[in-house]
Amino acid sequence: MNADSASERRGSGGRARPEWRAFGPLLPVLAFLGVLFVFPVAQLLWLSTVDAQGAFTALHYSRLFDSAVYVKVLGITFRIAAWTTLFCVVAGYPVAYLLATAHARTRNMLILWVLMPFWTSFLVRTFAWMVLLGRRGAINEWMQAVGLTDAPVKLIYNFAGVMIGMVHALMPLAIVTMLAVMRNIDQNLTLAASSLGARGGQSFWRVYFPLSLPGVASSALLVFIVALGFFITPALLGSGREIMIAQVIIEQMEELLNWSFSGAVAVLLLATTLVVFFVYDRLFGLSTMSSAGGIAEDGERRTGYIARMGAWVGGRLIALMGWICDRFSDVVEVLRAPKPERPRATLSRKVLWGTGITVLVYLVAPSFFVIPMSFSEAAFISWPPIGFTFQNYEMFLTDPIYVGAMIRSFVVALTSAGLAMLLGVPAAFVMARQRMRGKGVVFACILAPVIIPHIIIAVALFYAFAQVGLVGTTVGLVLGHTVISVPFVVVTIMAVLKNYDTRLDQAAWSLGASKLRTLRHVTFPLILPGLIAAFLFAFVISLDELTIALFVSGGQTPTLPKQMWVDAIFKLNPMVTAVSTVVLVFVTSLILVAEFARRRSEKVMG
Amino acid sequence: MAGELPSKREPIAGVPSPIARCFDTAVRFRAFMNRSDYKLQIRALRKTYGSVIALAGADVEMDEGEFLTLLGPSGSGKTTMLMLIAGLIQPERGEVWIDGRLSTYMPPHKRDLGMVFQNYALFPHMTVYENIAFPLRMRKARESTIRSEVERVLDVVQLGGIEARHPRQLSGGQQQRIALARCMVYRPPIILMDEPLGALDKKLREQLQLEIRRLHRDQGITVLYVTHDQEEALVMSDRICLMDQGEIVQLDTPDGLYFRPESVFAADFLGESNLLDATVHRVDERVVHLDGPGGGRIEAPARDGLSEGQAVKFMVRPENVRLLEGEENAENTLNAALQDVILVGQVTKHYALLPGDIEVSATSLTRRRRPRFTAGETVRFGFDRASTVVLPVGEAPPAA
Repeated sequence: MNADSASERRGSGGRARPEWRAFGPLLPVLAFLGVLFVFPVAQLLWLSTVDAQGAFTALHYSRLFDSAVYVKVLGITFRIAAWTTLFCVVAGYPVAYLLATAHARTRNMLILWVLMPFWTSFLVRTFAWMVLLGRRGAINEWMQAVGLTDAPVKLIYNFAGVMIGMVHALMPLAIVTMLAVMRNIDQNLTLAASSLGARGGQSFWRVYFPLSLPGVASSALLVFIVALGFFITPALLGSGREIMIAQVIIEQMEELLNWSFSGAVAVLLLATTLVVFFVYDRLFGLSTMSSAGGIAEDGERRTGYIARMGAWVGGRLIALMGWICDRFSDVVEVLRAPKPERPRATLSRKVLWGTGITVLVYLVAPSFFVIPMSFSEAAFISWPPIGFTFQNYEMFLTDPIYVGAMIRSFVVALTSAGLAMLLGVPAAFVMARQRMRGKGVVFACILAPVIIPHIIIAVALFYAFAQVGLVGTTVGLVLGHTVISVPFVVVTIMAVLKNYDTRLDQAAWSLGASKLRTLRHVTFPLILPGLIAAFLFAFVISLDELTIALFVSGGQTPTLPKQMWVDAIFKLNPMVTAVSTVVLVFVTSLILVAEFARRRSEKVMG
Repeated sequence: MAGELPSKREPIAGVPSPIARCFDTAVRFRAFMNRSDYKLQIRALRKTYGSVIALAGADVEMDEGEFLTLLGPSGSGKTTMLMLIAGLIQPERGEVWIDGRLSTYMPPHKRDLGMVFQNYALFPHMTVYENIAFPLRMRKARESTIRSEVERVLDVVQLGGIEARHPRQLSGGQQQRIALARCMVYRPPIILMDEPLGALDKKLREQLQLEIRRLHRDQGITVLYVTHDQEEALVMSDRICLMDQGEIVQLDTPDGLYFRPESVFAADFLGESNLLDATVHRVDERVVHLDGPGGGRIEAPARDGLSEGQAVKFMVRPENVRLLEGEENAENTLNAALQDVILVGQVTKHYALLPGDIEVSATSLTRRRRPRFTAGETVRFGFDRASTVVLPVGEAPPAA
């Protein structure tokens, strides 16, 4: 009897599974990030405080502040990041608002316009601006042809060029972040406001705008943080006066081989980033970020003196904006008074559409200028393209360095996307479905590689890899790229699983399917489009990635973006337009496939 | 009291040219000739979205203090009609008259209507007080007026003392009451309600139905109410406007709609009904004689537009059908095979099949001492001529 019941208990799973086993799938990703992200960054901190003999020293830091140069660079970095943030948020807001309030079908179409530049490589987009803004670029040629100017205007290699390029690079991020919050704002609220007697301006500024503020704040934070670590755009579109801190790191590392010092600069950047996060948390609360979309919990949260002041000033400001808008509509009403027997003109909506489309054209159009350029016969990049030839493509495909780089990029992207899926999918399942303590912390850990400037990760990985001989290897590249693509995989799949009805699994179990078979026949087919989308996103991230590749790949084993970067730094060769076109077309089609796969998964699961 | 609130702003207009003035006078004259004496009137109001007809030219009139309900399945155009009246969407054609003023294309903030939304649409970033004060602020009321008015309406909805809370800290029922208070505070002449109780559970819903009725009566407001719940419509309304696929099917009192439906849809949508096929045998002055199912003769009050040999349906409510005992007789009878007898509580339902497997049912009050009928036996169902309604089939009749 006893033996029987004992075996029965064991056999039929009468024993409760220990709690920690449910979180087992999180362990690989946490271990991976621990070894390849947390440890290297910590080591970087450590290294920057010791000298060659291993004794503590503040030498590197005192050097940072001794010479006015680095303080000045930090100032420039802040200035550029702040202006970029301002332009991105101000110009991105109407687009996000338009997308959030448009009909579902219009939104789905327009959102591709934002997602495409969001995912296509910074490098290609920066090249496009060089083509457009250069002395003999499309814009200068056009202005002279129309007669606006006699001589080429300097649009590039100055502050304006850096702004155009950086705002272009980061605005999609701003839009996507704001859109996430705006889509959760009940559109009935503005209708309710107008039924209660508010005019258009008042109902927007008093109701919609305050509710969208968390989105504005978190998109400003993200844009600012990413902008702090930027180097591609200022290096290619700026002059000696627009040097950002990441460029100093690269210069110290590559040209002066001063690793410890560049480590100290990286730590400075990291510290700056953390300070920005801290200030943001004081002002808005970081919770507005992780719950991106949750309605602002203000009212009770804001207890600090500064916050209350801010709320008061904000309130006045909102009232003022509403008042200004209403005076403006008074003017419009004088010109065309509303009559009960005549349909109202939807002027504000038209203005919104006009603004939105202009911004979207600015986001999407430039990249496509490189396509005609790639078929030009000219020996240097100039507009308009001359003749029609495939010689640029021929050069590209016969150049052994480029072909090697392309193959390497592919291999690295495929492997790292696969690895990111292996680590990320199980983690996403746990994050989406299990309740546990410290989930927020785990989520923050997983997201950290996206939020911290990539250049810091790159420098940290370079140190770590140098010790074990992984610099210049494909394995090193794969590991590095996986660190930054895992967060995207986890977030994408969590979103898919959020829509997944777990009762389907329960139904399958109740119908006699084992857990494994349920996974294979029910869960997996339903989330497959989502998985494909996540894989493709990870693939594209790795394919486009430059920062980590710049440090980790070493001189002999460049990836495609790194090779393009090296060429662009030394001399801009028309072949680059062919490479850009190939990358652009390839990545764009992948993004379209990924986006449609994601939508399909949403549709399948209702 | 209401006079304290500047309710309307005069539109600012430039100096019109003589031609424009002439034109304006002509328009005003036309408007005067067409004027509406109703509290609310819509004329031939139509709205389409692409090829989808959301509202196909509706006419409705409402008197002051009336409670009118738009009832219909989802997609029948009732919410569209409400939004058009509120001015939140613009019609393709037709007219909206509010309080005797043409308001078809007036912006919503100039209509002075109150509207309660399906999910209340309380502003989540404002406290209860700020929510209720919002319409008064928009009307530039003085702060002292605002304070006393907010207190007054919170008293009316019996929710004093929660001014400082945020909407999400309130229960569904409380949110509903605050939404009501917010739209009553500026004393709009008409309140529009879009399924205001849809998100509440049954018990709370019934309680609030009575409360809204009480408010309507005590405050003398005119209410246009939207629901898909027929019971709710019957409980609350003075008149019901039954809608289907963008058209008004019937506009009548609850009583008229229930006992004298004019179409199969109306008969079927409201309450339980036996709907049976028949053909017209003979039409007298007062009575129409039908060939009912199984060849039996059915009599019903006459109505217009019937001709001999026409295929029709007739409707009789189950509670008007009784099981005949022994020699008992009725004006109309049907022989049927009893299938099931179900005691539902206060009523007992009898389900039976006519020849050709057509289902009929009869509902009677449950009584302890009654001859028991058992399943399988053939019974006679009897009902009065007066409770029989003949309905045309196919094309729905034009709305009244």
